Amino acid sequence: MSEAAVKLTKKNFESDQDVRWCPGCGDYSILANLQRVMPELGVARENVVFVSGIGCSSRFPYYMNTYGFHTIHGRAPSFASGIKMSRPELDVWVVTGDGDGLSIGGNHLLHTIRRNLNLQVLLFNNRVYGLTKGQYSPTSLEGMRTKSSPEGSMDHPVDPIAFALGAGATFVARTVDVDAKHLQHVLRRAHEHRGTAFVEILQNCPVYNDGEWEAVEDKTTRNRFALVLEQGEPLVFGDKDARRGVRIESGVPSLVDLPDGADPLEHGVAVHDEKRTAAYGFALASIAPPQFPTPVGVFRAVEKSTYEDLLTAQVERAVQERGPGELAALLHSGDTWTVAPD
Amino acid sequence: MTPAMPESSQPGGSPKPVHEIERVAIRFVGDSGDGMQLTGTKFTESTALAGNDLSTLPDYPAEIRAPAGTLAGVSGFQIHFSSVDIRTPADKPDVLVAFNPAALRANIDDVKPQGMVIVNRDAFTKRNLERAGYDEDPLPALRERFQLVEIPIGTLNREAVKDLGLTQRQADRSKNFFALGLMYWLYNRPTTPTEEWIAKRFPDPIREANQRVLKAGYHFGETTELFPTSFLVPPAKIEPGRYRNITGNTALAWGIVAAGVQMQRPVFLGAYPITPASDVLHELARYRQFGVKTFQAEDEIAAISAAVGASYAGLLGCCTTSGPGMLLKQEALNLAVMTELPLVVVDIQRAGPSTGLPTKTEQADLLMVLYGRSSDSPIPIVAPATPGDCFHVMLEAFRIAVKYMTPVAVLSDGYLANSAEPWRIPEVETLLRHPAQLETDPEGFAPYRRDPATLARPWAVPGTPGLEHRIGGLEKEDVTGNVSYSPVNHARMTELRALKIAGIAQDIPPAEVRGPEAGKLLVVTWGGTHGAAASAVDQSHEAGFTASHLHLRHLNPFPANLGEVLGRFERILVPELNTGQLSRLLRAEYLVAAEPLCKVSGQPFKVREIRDRIEAILA
Ligand SMILES: Cc1ncc(C[n+]2csc(CCOP(=O)(O)OP(=O)(O)O)c2C)c(N)n1
Ligand code: SF4
Ligand SMILES: [Mg+2]
Repeated sequence: MSEAAVKLTKKNFESDQDVRWCPGCGDYSILANLQRVMPELGVARENVVFVSGIGCSSRFPYYMNTYGFHTIHGRAPSFASGIKMSRPELDVWVVTGDGDGLSIGGNHLLHTIRRNLNLQVLLFNNRVYGLTKGQYSPTSLEGMRTKSSPEGSMDHPVDPIAFALGAGATFVARTVDVDAKHLQHVLRRAHEHRGTAFVEILQNCPVYNDGEWEAVEDKTTRNRFALVLEQGEPLVFGDKDARRGVRIESGVPSLVDLPDGADPLEHGVAVHDEKRTAAYGFALASIAPPQFPTPVGVFRAVEKSTYEDLLTAQVERAVQERGPGELAALLHSGDTWTVAPD
Repeated sequence: MTPAMPESSQPGGSPKPVHEIERVAIRFVGDSGDGMQLTGTKFTESTALAGNDLSTLPDYPAEIRAPAGTLAGVSGFQIHFSSVDIRTPADKPDVLVAFNPAALRANIDDVKPQGMVIVNRDAFTKRNLERAGYDEDPLPALRERFQLVEIPIGTLNREAVKDLGLTQRQADRSKNFFALGLMYWLYNRPTTPTEEWIAKRFPDPIREANQRVLKAGYHFGETTELFPTSFLVPPAKIEPGRYRNITGNTALAWGIVAAGVQMQRPVFLGAYPITPASDVLHELARYRQFGVKTFQAEDEIAAISAAVGASYAGLLGCCTTSGPGMLLKQEALNLAVMTELPLVVVDIQRAGPSTGLPTKTEQADLLMVLYGRSSDSPIPIVAPATPGDCFHVMLEAFRIAVKYMTPVAVLSDGYLANSAEPWRIPEVETLLRHPAQLETDPEGFAPYRRDPATLARPWAVPGTPGLEHRIGGLEKEDVTGNVSYSPVNHARMTELRALKIAGIAQDIPPAEVRGPEAGKLLVVTWGGTHGAAASAVDQSHEAGFTASHLHLRHLNPFPANLGEVLGRFERILVPELNTGQLSRLLRAEYLVAAEPLCKVSGQPFKVREIRDRIEAILA
C-alpha cells in the first residue's frame, strides 16, 4: 500500500541514525517538533528533501527519514535551488546555521530568497560557531569573548530577520527552539507559504553560548520578553497584570504601559499586519533587547511569483510556440550545404 | 595559379579574369568598434556556403571598447579557407585588410612576404599615426615588401550613403561592409545572403546604408584598376555529407542538448557569465523547448551547487565556465565525487593565472582539474580536438558521467570556443542512444551498493518511494552510505573511488597512432593543439621527416594501451599551450622521457613552430 494512504506518525520521520548533538542542545527540540509536524503536512515521505550546509545544525538531514543531502559549508540554498528548479513537485527544506547561512553562505541565502523559490529555509541561530568549537559568528553580539575573540568581537552583528527582509523575502518568521507550540505553528505556516519561507529559530548552544535566548525560552519569563506577533492583533506583551504595547511612529518603535483592562488601540499600539510594507517589517525587526522584547511569529507573508513557476512556464511556452525540441532540426538549422561524393 | 575563365557572378558579373587558387588566409583587423568580428563571421559564412574547408581565429581585446586607434584596441579575425583539407587558421595571412594604422602596425609583421595588404587610406591621418606610435607614414616603405592596395574606404563609404540623412557617426559605421563587399568580389562570392541578413538585422535607414555600402565595395572591386584579377577557391573535396559551419561553443552547447535527448533526461545548466564560456549559456538559454533549464546563478559556486542539486534530483546537471570559475567550483565538485553523482563540468580554458588574458587561449588548467581538489579526488577528463568535436565530446562526457555515476570534466579552450570549421552534421540515428537508468526498486537497495562491472552506485532520486536515504560530504560507509569514520572503511572507499575511474580505461577507444606504429618520434597532443600538430606532422613527412602523431581525447584515465604505444618510440614530443603539464603526467605515469614543446603567448600553435621542432629532432 502506498504510504501516502496510511496515516504517518512522528516515528515514520525518524531515521535509524543515532542523533549526535551535545546533551541539552536546542537542535533536539527542533528536530522532534519538525518530526511531529511533518505527518500533518500531507506530503508523501519520498517527496520530502532536507538539504543542509555544514555545522552542528546541518547534521539535521541525517536524522530525518526522508531524502536528505548534507552538502558543503554555506551552499545549501544553491543545492536546494537546483533541486527545486529541476523537480518543482518536491518539498524542499533547507537547514542552515548562523555561520553557514549568514557568513560563508550569505551570498547564496540573499539570492535564493530574492528568487523566491518555494522552499522552507530554517536558520538555527545560536549566535556561535558550534561545530568548530565556539568562535563568534556573524550574529554574535559585539564584544562577545570567544577563543577567536579573547578581547571581544569587533563585528557589528547582522540581524537575520532584517537580512531576509532586505533580500525581498516573501515570508519571514522567528521562533524559539523549545517553545513547541509556537515552533510547530511557525513551521506549518512556513510550509503553507508559496515562496521562500525564511524562519529564524533561536537555538541554545549549551556548550559554547549557553543561555543566549534564556529570556524567551524560559516559560516563566517568556511572556515578559517575547512579543508574540499575531495577524490582526495589537503588539502587546507582558504578564496579565503588567501588559505593555509597542507603538510604531514614523518607523520608530516605542513602548507604552497598558493599564489593566485598557484597549491597546486607544493607546496607539500598532496592529500587526503581515502584508504591510517592508518598512513596517524593518521597524518590527528593529524591536530587540535590551530596550525591547524579542518579537516572535510571522513578520511578513506576501505573495510573489516563484522562480520555479516562471521557469516551468517558460519551458511550456517554448514548447507551445516552437514545438517540442527536435535534435535533427536543430543540427540542420541555419545555413547548411551538401558535399556530394565525387 | 591557373587562370580560369571569368565566371558570371552576382551582382553584375566580373569582366576581369579569375585565378583559381588552392588556399588563402585573410586577416581583417581594425578597432574593436570597427566590426571586424562581424565582417569575419559573415565572410566565414559565405566561405562555408562556397563549400571550402575552413578554419578561423578570432582575436579580440578584453576591453569592449579600448581607446580608438590604439594598439590596445586592435581586434582581428583570421580565416583560412581552401579546396583541400586544412586544420588550422594558418600561420601567416596572405591578405591583410587593415582599417587603421594601429591595426596595421600590430599585424603587418605576420603577413607573408609579398602578400596583399589592403588599407583604409583615410585612416592614415597624422593623429592616427601618432596614436599607433608611427613617427612617419609607414605605407611608402611597405610598397616594396607587399602588394599594397590603398583605398579611401572612409570617403567611398560616406559617398555611398550621403543622401540617407545619417549622422557622420552612423554613416561611418557601415565601412566594414565596404571591405566585406570588396572581399566578396575578390573571391567571387555572391552578396545576396549578406544583403538578406542585413535586411533582417537592421532597421532603415541603417539597413539601406549597409546594403549600399556592401554593394559599393563589390562594384569598386569590379571597376577599380587596383585589382587586375579576382580569385576562386574551388570547393574542398571533403567527406560527403551535409555540412554546416560551427564554432566550438555552439557545438558544445548543442552537444549538451543532444545528451539530454539521447539519454532521455532533461538538462540543467548552472552558469555564471565568464569569457570565453558565456556563449554556451547564451546558446542553451534559447532551447527551453528541449526542456533545457538554464540558471544564471549568483556565482560559480552557486552554479555548480545548483547543478549538483539537479543531478541529485535526476536531471543531467552541467556547468560551463573558465579557469577562475573552475577554481571556485572545486569544493562542490569534490562533493559530487564523494556523493558519486553524475555531472559534467566544462572549463573553457583561457590564458594566465587570475584574470590573466581573458580573451586569449591556453591549455594550462589540466593539472588543476586533475589534481586541484582536496584529498584524493579522481574524476575523468575529456577534451575536444576541434570546434566540431566539442559536440561529440559532450555526449561522451555525459555517457561516462551517468554510466559511472561520477562528475566528468571537459577541457575546451578559448581557441576552440571561438574558432569555426565546416562540420559534417551527424545523423541523429548514429549518435549513441542510451536512456539513463534511475533506481526504483527498494528490494535490497543501498545507496552505495555498486554495479560490479562499473563500480557505479545506483542513481536513486527523491520522489522514489522506498528509497529515502541521506547522502553528503562526510565519508560514506561502503554499501550503506551511512556516515563512517572507520579508518579501514576510508581506505577502502578511497580505493573504490580510484578504481572506478581507472576502470573507465577499458571503456574508451585505445590510443591510435597516425603514421608509423613505431619509430624515432611520436608527437602527443591533447585539446585544440590537434590541428596544428597534425598539419605539422603531415608537412614534415612531405619534407622527408617522418614522425607519428597520437592525439589524446581522454586525459583521465588515459587509454589502456597508452604506455605500450609510447614505449615503441625513441622520443616523445608534447606540444602544449602551457609549461609542460601533459608531458609531466606522461613522465609520471609511464616513466618515459616526454619532452614538452611549450607555448604560452595566449595564441594557438603555428604549424611552423611544431614543424621546426619535429624536423630539428629528426635531422
Ligand atoms: C569551506 C569550509 N570552511 C570552514 C569549515 C569549518 N566549519 C564547519 S561548520 C562551521 C561554522 C558553523 O557555524 P554555524 O553555521 O553557526 O553552525 P552551528 O555549528 O553553530 O550549528 C565552520 C566554520 C568548513 N566545513 N568548510
Ligand atoms: S556545540 Fe552547541 S550547537 Fe553544537 S551540538 Fe553541541 S550544543 Fe549543539
Ligand atoms: Mg551557529
